[in-house]
Amino acid sequence: MNSANAIIESLCEKAAHPARTVMESCKETGKAAVGCFPIYTPEELVYAAGFLPVGMWGGNTEIKLADRYLQGFCCSIMRTNIEFGMRGVYGKLKAVLLPTLCDTLKCVCENWKVAVPKVPLIPVVYPQNRTLPSGEVYLREELERIRTELSRISGEEMTQSHIEAAFALYENYRRAMRAFCEAASTHPKTINAKTRHLMIKAGYFLDKADYTLQISALTEYLNQLPEEPCAMRVVATGLLSEPVGLLDILAEHDIAIVADDLAQESRQFRTPARETGDAISRMVWRTADMRGCPFLFEPEKTRGEMLIDLVRAHRADAVIAFQMKFCDPEEFDYPIYKAELEEAGIPLLYLEVEQQMDSFNQSRTRIESLSEMLI
Amino acid sequence: MENALTSKQLLAKLQAEHYAGAMQAKKEGKLVAWATSICPQELLETLDIDVVYPENHAAAVGARKDAPQFIAQAEGKGYSTDICSYARVSMGYVDIQHSEAENIPLPDLVFCCSNICNTALKWYENLAKTLHIPLVMFDMPFNHTFDIPAHSIRYMRGQIESAITQLEEITKKKFDYDKFGEVMKISTETALWWRRATDLGIHTPSPLNGFDMFNYMAMIVCARGKASTRDLFKLWHDEMAEKVKLGKGPWKEGEELYRIMWDGIACWPHLSVTYKTLKQYGINMVTSTYPESWTIVYEQNDLDGMARAYSANYANRNLDYGTGNVIKLVNDFDLDGIVYHSNRSCKLMDFRQYEVQRRIEEATGVPSVVFDGDQTDPRIFSQAQYETRIQALLEMMEKNRLAKQRGDWK
Repeated sequence: MNSANAIIESLCEKAAHPARTVMESCKETGKAAVGCFPIYTPEELVYAAGFLPVGMWGGNTEIKLADRYLQGFCCSIMRTNIEFGMRGVYGKLKAVLLPTLCDTLKCVCENWKVAVPKVPLIPVVYPQNRTLPSGEVYLREELERIRTELSRISGEEMTQSHIEAAFALYENYRRAMRAFCEAASTHPKTINAKTRHLMIKAGYFLDKADYTLQISALTEYLNQLPEEPCAMRVVATGLLSEPVGLLDILAEHDIAIVADDLAQESRQFRTPARETGDAISRMVWRTADMRGCPFLFEPEKTRGEMLIDLVRAHRADAVIAFQMKFCDPEEFDYPIYKAELEEAGIPLLYLEVEQQMDSFNQSRTRIESLSEMLI
Repeated sequence: MENALTSKQLLAKLQAEHYAGAMQAKKEGKLVAWATSICPQELLETLDIDVVYPENHAAAVGARKDAPQFIAQAEGKGYSTDICSYARVSMGYVDIQHSEAENIPLPDLVFCCSNICNTALKWYENLAKTLHIPLVMFDMPFNHTFDIPAHSIRYMRGQIESAITQLEEITKKKFDYDKFGEVMKISTETALWWRRATDLGIHTPSPLNGFDMFNYMAMIVCARGKASTRDLFKLWHDEMAEKVKLGKGPWKEGEELYRIMWDGIACWPHLSVTYKTLKQYGINMVTSTYPESWTIVYEQNDLDGMARAYSANYANRNLDYGTGNVIKLVNDFDLDGIVYHSNRSCKLMDFRQYEVQRRIEEATGVPSVVFDGDQTDPRIFSQAQYETRIQALLEMMEKNRLAKQRGDWK
């Protein structure tokens, strides 16, 4: 119990202070950090190059400098990243990887080159036709290009065995995260909505080898505990469930997040790799196998169906959509899965969020209404 | 006798035929596709699929002030006010299916190319899902390098082949490569005549009024692979070349005093006021980024070249390319100023606009202004703001002109 509590406490602390955590991780591992923009980057290659991959999911700060590049109607994560970049917060990063998965990311890619010239940028251009043979070949070549770029920055050749080892570690990490989410879903008292988010988020600032051990130990502990009740069980969907003030409101009302379809959380690790092939092939196929993500082309649009499955599998009472304001891909998916959830009789709470939000009164009222309606 | 028509009359006739033809095709049970504006239409034309372009349709609906009902319908279903208004009009039209402005048949398939934006990809996913129809996706990776990378070209080439197979399955027809070659040839000729015509804006005074170009654009979007469109642009070119010979400017009345570029899509619901405000000061929009957008030129039967040409659309290229392109326009067209439309619908254009503006101003000294608007949602544009910005531009252009006359122009 004590060691589990210590893990929870420590990861909460680390997730709440990204800059300090990254600095400590670099010191402990002797590695330099490389930033990874949302939504997906080939972190395995960053790790194989001997760097510490760190997540760049914005934060709550006042936007001043970024106004030089991005209008107010730009997604707040991207405005924050440019702001932090210009302010020198990312000054220690050896490079940043940026996937051009939406129109805003394409623009941020171009602006970064001039706004933050001291931190080299490695764009990652995923194929949207990722299941076509030509798409697979293209992604392989793109990953090889990134491998070369990272080797150039590290000054050392990234060997096949480095990549295989990093990929194996990341598969372990992903497996451990899936197991953690399952264990957390039945223990909402020990791991409430906010704690769950912070446990997952901490992984963005720690070496995955060390982090995977900690999260696995925590899962093992949770699995020994009896199941814990809660007032309401929900599935979260969207980019991310921040600001955490929203999760405090959920926790206050004993509302647990029992599963998620968040870009910052399960979308990163819910798809396991295929069993055979070399690491690069498995990275390519894992991308091809991902489903239900608004940033990856999928004409069948299985997100709604997937949310319904998650609700049923986890005996959830409702879905909460954390809609990041000005995020087009998420906004386009909403009317489609909204209609599907309605048809399935599943309540859906829509919360429009921005990282710079400082008042949660409206969200609180909406969460309380949902709570009163269902409890 | 088409030759007896002016290009303006021919444009109206071809546009009417385009929309009526699509409605008739649907009635006869033929396949109708909806496609994005700069997609490789050559594949669809070769298979005789009738194609309509929702962007063009939304623009027509917007210009005739009928967009609000479709926008309201889409927003009622949960579409955010922050997403592209063409998409909102289109998703609303899928439900309402009638506009006093212009009508199009619902599609049997949709054909999407990501070279214009990622938004199109999401929009077309939603069309396919809502209408339960197949989607042919043509992905053109974003070019963050100045040149189009070789592995991107191989990927796009592979997609041409996959798209042909997919379209053969949908149409149950064999793809005719001889006809494809012919369509490629006509499409390139059309693109060249479009470019030659719009390039005549280089002359001072310009025979071209850029708002006319917005009108002619309908056919470069909707029917690039047809000989009739090629002939339309040749006729338009010849008419304007004649005006150049006679030293005629853009308007019957009024003199071209200042020459500007318009950056971004037109503000369709406020077309008249945006045009007239400029014209009252003798400001002529002589060019924009549109002439370049449809200069899709490649050798016949060169699939790699075709892929490269489509991928090279400026919206799909990096800032260095975009900036170089505009600097060239400033110099070639002897521009006095630039108007940037900060179009709430188009994040891909907006979030690069500030940096482009700075670079162009630094490289050329040409003044510019930004105004807020939207391509079809009438609620964003403010006439007062637009007028003030244009007056500010006018002052800066006048100042520059005086400085030029005094010889202290930098």
